[in-house]
Amino acid sequence: MYAQLVETGTSKLRTLDEMSPEERQFQERINDEIKIEPKNWMPDAYRKTLIRQISQHAHSEIVGMLPEGNWLTRAPTLKRKLQLMAKIQDEAGHGLYLYSAMETLGADRDEEIDKLHDGRAKYSSIFNYPTLNWADMGTIGWLVDGAAIVNQVPLQRTSYGPYARAMIRVCKEESFHQRQGYQILLTMMQEGTDDQKAMVQDSINRFWWPALMMFGPSDENSPNSAQSMAWKIKRHSNDELRQRFLDQTVPQLELLGCTAPDQDLKYNQETGHYEFGAIDWQEFFDVVKGNGPCNRERVEARRNAIDNGAWVREAAVAHAAKRQRRAA
Amino acid sequence: MADWPLFEVFIRSKHGLNHKHVGSVHAADRRMAIENARELYTRRNEGVSIWVVPASEITASSPDEKEPLFDPSNDKVYRHASFYKLPKEVGHM
Repeated sequence: MYAQLVETGTSKLRTLDEMSPEERQFQERINDEIKIEPKNWMPDAYRKTLIRQISQHAHSEIVGMLPEGNWLTRAPTLKRKLQLMAKIQDEAGHGLYLYSAMETLGADRDEEIDKLHDGRAKYSSIFNYPTLNWADMGTIGWLVDGAAIVNQVPLQRTSYGPYARAMIRVCKEESFHQRQGYQILLTMMQEGTDDQKAMVQDSINRFWWPALMMFGPSDENSPNSAQSMAWKIKRHSNDELRQRFLDQTVPQLELLGCTAPDQDLKYNQETGHYEFGAIDWQEFFDVVKGNGPCNRERVEARRNAIDNGAWVREAAVAHAAKRQRRAA
Repeated sequence: MADWPLFEVFIRSKHGLNHKHVGSVHAADRRMAIENARELYTRRNEGVSIWVVPASEITASSPDEKEPLFDPSNDKVYRHASFYKLPKEVGHM
């Protein structure tokens, strides 16, 4: 998902009896669905894991602006340009809600951003793929934001109060993103030329598998899940969410009149679920390790944004100081 | 953001309602904090008024104080209307 492979720093789940009185009280609070708030006692590993997860989530929102930014100046109409700009501004907003939630855990925003820039922190694998045609703006809204929604809706009930509240805000805005994306594709498929229709299919072919990979490794290769689920900072397994996403997405794919690049995709009457072919996990791990098509470009763009924007931040401080002197 | 202090943001969503905490922003000063809060928390008519308060200026109760602070009110059932049983004939009161 937006947060993939988040380390919990724990190798084995402990029972209530094995916990210290403080930790036991903390765990019972979580079991009772009572939110943990910034000033409550929490185990160090919970705090660290959450900082990793929320910062990774925030970085994903921020890096996620880049593939779309590529098409801002190339949008086909003014209306589409305004919509895309509003969506990108939302992504910035989502990143900021999340950084602000992360800071309530005592993390330093600059420090966490440094980790993104020097490769210590991750962001979602999906944003390391290039956006090659206009239909990609539609596919990203539909598939990528669609997958994000499937992941984020349960996170509205996550155990950490500020994170849950940030997620509620994000989810409210996310459905606009998915609908605008799907509408771009529908318009191209229903009113477009043959070339434009081919563009949609090409875009789906490129983003289909990376979108399914967003949910992270399959459950048997997800060593951190048990602890994250006990802490309720993850509420469903990767495979469960992936299946949920697929089940809701395939009918939308058919309505578009497009196909998935998966010959094994079929509906199972008995289970009521779609079955799909094998995911190329090697590709996923390559991208996560920094060797996707755009990893270097994305991080460099972020570094440049911070470095080249330094004068703006300094000017704002100088301006604020001047304003204060004048008022005095 | 090391040079930009943190501000807590409170939004009044509609006239007649009270301001409610929604999150925080970094800004060089209070005025910029209002501008940033507007961009971040009211992109879709979420508010008609914004307060920003330097986070360092907020004093909060500690979770350890929960019992001494809030327990005393638990045993004062006579502070609730439902404590006073009245005959049916009185009707709604």
